[in-house]
Amino acid sequence: MVGSNAAEAHPIIFQHILRGVHQGAKLVVVDPRATLTAKRAHEHYALEIGSDIALFNSLAHVIIRDKLQNQSFIERATTGFAALQAEVTQWPPERAAAITGIDASRIEHLAHAYASAKRAMICWTLGITEHHNAVDNVFALINLALLRGNVGRPGAGLNPLRGQNNVQGGGDMGALPNRLPGFQDLTDAAVRNRFELAWGVPLSPKPGWNQTQMFEAMADGRLKGLYVIGENPLESEANSHHIERIFDKLDALVVQDLFLTPTAERADVVFPAAASFAESEGTYTNSERRVQLVRSALTPPGEARDDVWIVQALARAMGHPWIDKSAEEVFAEVRELAPNFRGITYARLAMAQGLQWPVPHKDHPGTAVLHTRLWQDPVDPRVPFMPVDFSPPVERPTVDYPLLLTTGRRLAFYNTGVQSNVYAHPHNQGEQVEVALADAERLELTEGMWVRVTSRRGWITGPVHISASLPPGVVFLSFHFPDQVRTNVLSIDATDPRAGTAEFKAAAVRVEKWSPSQEA
Amino acid sequence: MSPQHRVPQRLLPDPKIVAQSGPISPQRLQLRGLDQALRRAWGMTVTRMIQEVQASGILGRGGAAFPASVKWQSVRDADAAGKLKYGVMNADESEPGTFKDRVLLETDPLLPLTGLAIAARGVGADKVYVYLRGEYRHLLLPIQRAWEVVEGTVPEAVIPLEVRLGGGAYIAGEETALFNSIEGKRPEPRLKPPFPTVKGLFSQPTLIHNVETLANIALAFRDGAGPFRKYGSASTPGTKLVSISGRVNRPGVYEVPFGIPLTEIIEGEDTAQGMQNGQRLQAVLLGGAAGTFLTSLEVAEAAYDYPALRRFGASIGSGALVVFGETDSLPEVAQTLANFFAEESCGQCVPCRIGTVRIKEMLEQFSLSERQVDLRDLAQTMRDASICGLGQSATTALMSLLDRPVLWSKNVDRGKGAV
Amino acid sequence: MEIEESRQLTIDGEVCQVPAGTTLREACLQVGKEIPALCWHERLTPANTCRACVVELEGSRTLVSSCSRMVEDGMVVHTDTPRVLHARKGVAELLLSTMMDDVNAPELQKLAQATEADPAHFRVGETLVQPIRDDNDLYVRDYSQCILCYRCVAVCGEDAQNTFAIHVAGRGLQAHIDTGFDRSLPDSDCVFCGNCVQVCPTGALIGKTEWSLRQENEWDEKKIQVTETTCSYCGVGCSLDLHVLNGRIVKVTSPYNHPVTQGMLCVKGRYGYEYVQADVAHLQGS
Ligand SMILES: Cc1cc2nc3c(=O)[nH]c(=O)nc-3n(C[C@H](O)[C@H](O)[C@H](O)COP(=O)(O)O)c2cc1C
Ligand code: SF4
Ligand code: SF4
Repeated sequence: MVGSNAAEAHPIIFQHILRGVHQGAKLVVVDPRATLTAKRAHEHYALEIGSDIALFNSLAHVIIRDKLQNQSFIERATTGFAALQAEVTQWPPERAAAITGIDASRIEHLAHAYASAKRAMICWTLGITEHHNAVDNVFALINLALLRGNVGRPGAGLNPLRGQNNVQGGGDMGALPNRLPGFQDLTDAAVRNRFELAWGVPLSPKPGWNQTQMFEAMADGRLKGLYVIGENPLESEANSHHIERIFDKLDALVVQDLFLTPTAERADVVFPAAASFAESEGTYTNSERRVQLVRSALTPPGEARDDVWIVQALARAMGHPWIDKSAEEVFAEVRELAPNFRGITYARLAMAQGLQWPVPHKDHPGTAVLHTRLWQDPVDPRVPFMPVDFSPPVERPTVDYPLLLTTGRRLAFYNTGVQSNVYAHPHNQGEQVEVALADAERLELTEGMWVRVTSRRGWITGPVHISASLPPGVVFLSFHFPDQVRTNVLSIDATDPRAGTAEFKAAAVRVEKWSPSQEA
Repeated sequence: MSPQHRVPQRLLPDPKIVAQSGPISPQRLQLRGLDQALRRAWGMTVTRMIQEVQASGILGRGGAAFPASVKWQSVRDADAAGKLKYGVMNADESEPGTFKDRVLLETDPLLPLTGLAIAARGVGADKVYVYLRGEYRHLLLPIQRAWEVVEGTVPEAVIPLEVRLGGGAYIAGEETALFNSIEGKRPEPRLKPPFPTVKGLFSQPTLIHNVETLANIALAFRDGAGPFRKYGSASTPGTKLVSISGRVNRPGVYEVPFGIPLTEIIEGEDTAQGMQNGQRLQAVLLGGAAGTFLTSLEVAEAAYDYPALRRFGASIGSGALVVFGETDSLPEVAQTLANFFAEESCGQCVPCRIGTVRIKEMLEQFSLSERQVDLRDLAQTMRDASICGLGQSATTALMSLLDRPVLWSKNVDRGKGAV
Repeated sequence: MEIEESRQLTIDGEVCQVPAGTTLREACLQVGKEIPALCWHERLTPANTCRACVVELEGSRTLVSSCSRMVEDGMVVHTDTPRVLHARKGVAELLLSTMMDDVNAPELQKLAQATEADPAHFRVGETLVQPIRDDNDLYVRDYSQCILCYRCVAVCGEDAQNTFAIHVAGRGLQAHIDTGFDRSLPDSDCVFCGNCVQVCPTGALIGKTEWSLRQENEWDEKKIQVTETTCSYCGVGCSLDLHVLNGRIVKVTSPYNHPVTQGMLCVKGRYGYEYVQADVAHLQGS
């Protein structure tokens, strides 16, 4: 598990993982922090924040150097091995050790352990993707899996653990600038044509903007109106002060949410929405591509309505004669247009407790393992190795900002707390600034003392928690309690241009003692 | 003891030998012939070793009297998967009225440890444990030193030995609870099957024996199965250490051959030397807290052997004999025993956890005859449905008392316990 | 291909064939004999502590617990001999002797009825009656109703949660579920997943909402509607059964046969639903 604190962020997946461990599987965790997940692992590799690619490339180096790769798989199913080899030869363990802080001998050991496993799975979460080079991080992991043929087989594979209930489903439904429902390519004329026929309108072949691009466009005045559905970017996005400024520039802001969030407070129009999981009908898709039903158990309060209803009403108000469709009727349309969903009906979902796409026809049982085609001849197309080079986090510790802030989740809470700060959790004591033992000693901090944390973008204050799970030089904050600690004031909006994800996991900060009187 | 039952000291060392050698010295090992026992064992194939154990007919001395050779074979056979195996010496000795393992370990630790080394070889154990009753901590060092002496004699026998101290729970002497305790868990008995020989300590095949059983193993290898069988009965070869307490002139641990009349143990010059102050014998509690009361008439008839005692519904158990005189109130004794079981139940299963307390309460509040039906009713549930020997036999002594009204129905004027 | 081995045994005179690795209790069910059990739970490793599931096995000195004893060739089993019925009744009577008559233990009460157990039979002394532990807003512990089935221990440990916040402490009738020196739950290692609450067969572990409603006599099982939906928090996709009473969610469980959860949830899924029914004043204040 790489950059994943599943014990806290995905507790039920972690139960499945531990069942495997009790039955003899070996668990290795790569994470700068000694998280709860790391504590349950057989081995923990505490690497320097953002040094992931140095480690992965070096693992590939050892595997190739010691001829432990699955040569027949590589020859049959992949392309670009020579290029990968050329890249990773430059990554002997000694070089990676200097960057990651992990002993060369342990890197060798890990490479051999991974290479000797008959089946090995790599799971990751935002520790891999919340970096300025997120996509490269993922490529480096894919390279490792391909080297050993750990794809397309049960018990193997590459498994990004989805952070939110329906990120997968959002992508499935085409809520990406270059995709149409069913994860279909917008730039493919045949696909577009199918949708144009069904919808009776021409579709632009040009991909839209991703969120980062939208923020840039808002900053320079190219984007004037924004419709936000179920997000609280003012608190969830990196570099909050900057976000506030660009939101101020909008001519029109429409927010559709359950609550009057800080983002909604700035809106020109607020559409009160029904809570999806308990007040409306529809589907979510989880981490394992399982499409599952959501059903309504309660009547939404006041004027709150289903998201589907609001969007359709909005279209009508804008002069389009949309007929009012239920979620299930919309889904029927998805089935027609998206081959991966063709075999899924609400009735089947209810019977089967969800189905994993692709489900190409109505008798298909769903697909538990993807990419099995890589084990059938001929492999066409083959999958490419993607050699990547290491680049350190954008912000490095300096004299003024000597520590690295990394952010993450806590078990009982969630995102900006809109949902999770309502119930009466006994441990809901608000946010604490987690500081490593050694740093606390050096800064003469004691438990509960108030500190100020400053980055190049802003500062926040909060009580200290001295944490044995942090390596020296690292500060940890969650972002669950923005009312109290606006963590994202600090975080850096250096973003991977391909993924649009900001480097939440590494921002240079300074921590100092602080007393409330200083505020005045 | 009559000459026919007099045995040269075997399990307990001869006074001459005791005078000549320290208990943990290499001389003692030699004087006791244990070097020969070890050499004989190491000169045999393991198949031959198991045959030797079988021929000697040794039954386990921990209470259940299970044939040792059957356990050995089963552990031996369990090696298909190339698993680790363990040997364990059960020195938790917590049965009330039982103290022979302590005497044995104090006077001659080399004997059982030689037996342990031989047993470890016989079953292919990779490591051995001694589980020692917490109160016997003074024996911890002697046991470790005795193991070094044994290892010094047969260097190829060197396998790790670890001594673990019990924490004061009677139940930890039950073999599977003992495994849990060594593993760092609550000493709760496990369900059997699987038996320890297949899935024991750390889920590996394990041979567990009582201290005295292992002492007998050493003797059988020293003398050979034939000579070993010279004493004892045909069905139960060998000698037994009995712990005698109560109203006798000379309480203590004595070595007797199986089959000896009970009266001889109580009256014998070399054993308990008869009743204190010329009291008349009222009853003997045979086998410990979970044992059986025998009336004086039964005692007069009984021989100390399994088949002979079966006639009285009794067994040898751990080898305890608690002797009661005419003035002792056996209902009160039954109450003490009930307290003991209520205290010592591990609490895991319903019949024993709650049943032992209810028995105790009924004995406190009512006379035996008042609640006889309920006591029998409950005892049956406990016997039938408890997980382990503790709950299953917690009412054995009480039931044996109820079945012998002469032992309680005339104690009219002796408090609550009486009628 | 692995060939599934089978075992032949006789249950109440009927010869039957079942796959190796089947428990006696499952085998009995296959021939239509339902054996009662209190501690056994479909999702958990059998603890075999209640002993209500005992049956008579020829050749065995004692009765055997059918929930965990595996079938062997040639076994001859009797499920309703007087000895078996007597032991079952004894188990029910012993358990009932430790608690008040108004306990919320439907499975125990069913066993008591089926065996015609007399709750007063063994009420001769000590009971488990003790104060309720109400130390947090998510669930309440009333160990006066505990039957020590070990389900909560198993679910908090290796069988699911792997948190190991609770275990049995003490021995004999003093054996009880403990957080470690009887610390309050918030001070213990508990992470409030509530999986123990879901598997507890009695009112010993009970959601705070349900407990409060029961106190006010407003809990009405018949009026509760259950809707199956999917959790709105992380990407695991846990299936939730929302129990709704009078327009409010009062409890959340998860079905044991669901491929994702197998009945288990985390604290957010089980208790994090309040945001959909928080009172408006509270929200405007935030
Ligand atoms: C409640 C209970 C307590 C026991 N205590 C002891 C004990 O203290 N010492 C012992 O050797 N066996 C004890 N046993 C017997 C062991 O479980 C086991 O039968 C014995 O160690 C096997 O050794 P053996 O084959 O040498 O007899 C106890 C059994 C029960 C049911
Ligand atoms: S019979 Fe008693 S000691 Fe044995 S497992 Fe049951 S409760 Fe524990
Ligand atoms: S609290 Fe409930 S689940 Fe836990 S042992 Fe008691 S009755 Fe069983």
